[in-house]
Amino acid sequence: MIKRSYWSLPYVIFMMVFVVLPLVLIVMYALQDGSGHFTLANVTRFFTDSDSLSTFALSIEVAIENSLICILLGYPAAWILANRELNRSAVTVMLFIMPMWINALMRTLATAELFNMLGFTLGKGTLLFGMVYDYIPFMIYPIYNTLTKMDKSYAEAAEDLGATPWKVFWKVTVPLSMPGVMSGVLMVFMPTVSTFAISEFLTNNKIKLFGTIIQENINSSMWNYGAALAFIMLVIIGITSLFNDSTQESAEGGLI
Amino acid sequence: MMKKFVAKAYIWLLLLMLYAPLVFIAVFSFTESRVLGNWTGFSTKLYTNLFSGGMNGGSSLLSAIENTLLIALIAAAFSTLLGTVAAIGIHNLKGRTKQGVQFLNNIPMINPDIITGVSLFLLFVFLGVSQGYVTVILAHITFCTPYVVLSVLPKLTQMNPNIYEAALDLGATPSVALRKVLIPELRPGMVSGFILAFTMSLDDFAVTFFTRGTIGLDTLSTYIYTDARKGGLTPELRPLMTLIFLIVLILLVIINIRQEKISKSKSGK
Repeated sequence: MIKRSYWSLPYVIFMMVFVVLPLVLIVMYALQDGSGHFTLANVTRFFTDSDSLSTFALSIEVAIENSLICILLGYPAAWILANRELNRSAVTVMLFIMPMWINALMRTLATAELFNMLGFTLGKGTLLFGMVYDYIPFMIYPIYNTLTKMDKSYAEAAEDLGATPWKVFWKVTVPLSMPGVMSGVLMVFMPTVSTFAISEFLTNNKIKLFGTIIQENINSSMWNYGAALAFIMLVIIGITSLFNDSTQESAEGGLI
Repeated sequence: MMKKFVAKAYIWLLLLMLYAPLVFIAVFSFTESRVLGNWTGFSTKLYTNLFSGGMNGGSSLLSAIENTLLIALIAAAFSTLLGTVAAIGIHNLKGRTKQGVQFLNNIPMINPDIITGVSLFLLFVFLGVSQGYVTVILAHITFCTPYVVLSVLPKLTQMNPNIYEAALDLGATPSVALRKVLIPELRPGMVSGFILAFTMSLDDFAVTFFTRGTIGLDTLSTYIYTDARKGGLTPELRPLMTLIFLIVLILLVIINIRQEKISKSKSGK
């Protein structure tokens, strides 16, 4: 009989070809010129090109603002939903999760059309609003998850020891729910930086985010520079996921 | 009392904000006007247009829907198969090897769509594979399978390993034990893995965009993207969005009611 552990072999081979090799290729293409010679020109081009740099800075800025607004609006919502005295219905929770199941392009387009009809000029303001629309469920859900799984006795102990509700919230509930907030940020921050269609729709192509310039380079056959930009993004992902390792599972588990 | 009111008001205000665009689209799916926000009287013409394909580029929209569903179905089926087999393997691995494989499994989930898309695009270019249906499906399997693995693995750890051993001791061949014992135990994980994979594939835009090649293959997402970039949304997309919205709503309500029943019957025991 074949050992059961070998059953992982087909998947490992599959991942080597479709996950690892493609990532290696990004690095490879990033460090080559058009004719296949080794060069650092693509990477240095990014750091000397003011257009790319300002797009990059803007993407990071929008992503930070988006994450902050999502936390600010989403945390209270998650807290209320997880509180048994304030909310007993599973339906409201479901209503917050449901947009996650609808195609993001459709929702974004609907939002952009609504902005158009209300007469807002599409620009940075609508971009941020639209991003919050798109991503807030991804912030609320993991926070809600950690809050419901949290051991209530900590908060009760703090109460018994004389802490005011305000203090219990800030000193016990918030610190204990940080893993949820972190995985929420993970699900909001990088997608915001890397999105391309969403920013195009919401600003009528006026504002480009980092994802858009990657897409433009790849689509206009400037693979090497596109790969270099993707490589830079990979480095950032590596850094952010380093201190996010432990929070992954709470975010992904049990979406249904 | 006051606290409860404020909390409720906040929740409903947020929901109102979240759903305003969807409701807006749904309302204007019942009028004929080509410009959104311009009410020209109640009509279901857009709906009949959608189903009869009687509009500009109507057949391409219908074929985009067909492609989306077909790709999602094939990708989800393969991912479920690959992911379940992989999960059984990973469950039986030990130590560093296990950690290593699980780390690999996490990569596609951490990577933003655009990285997955660009990296697979480069792979297909590098290997000289012409892009189309097959490459899109392979790409979808790549980002769907990790979710299946993560759905099936907990079922394996929850399972009592003695049941399987007992079946073998009682004379079942490994393949019978697999079919009669292991698979039934894993089925809930496989089902939710399949559903997750299916919806991930349906929702995908970026990965499809980079791996579909130039043969004119469109899924719903890429169709919408091209359509919106051409300027203005095809009006028939409004009834389509409304219908998708309703289908998702109904499905989630059913799943929720079922889950509540299950948890009630469990607590009743």
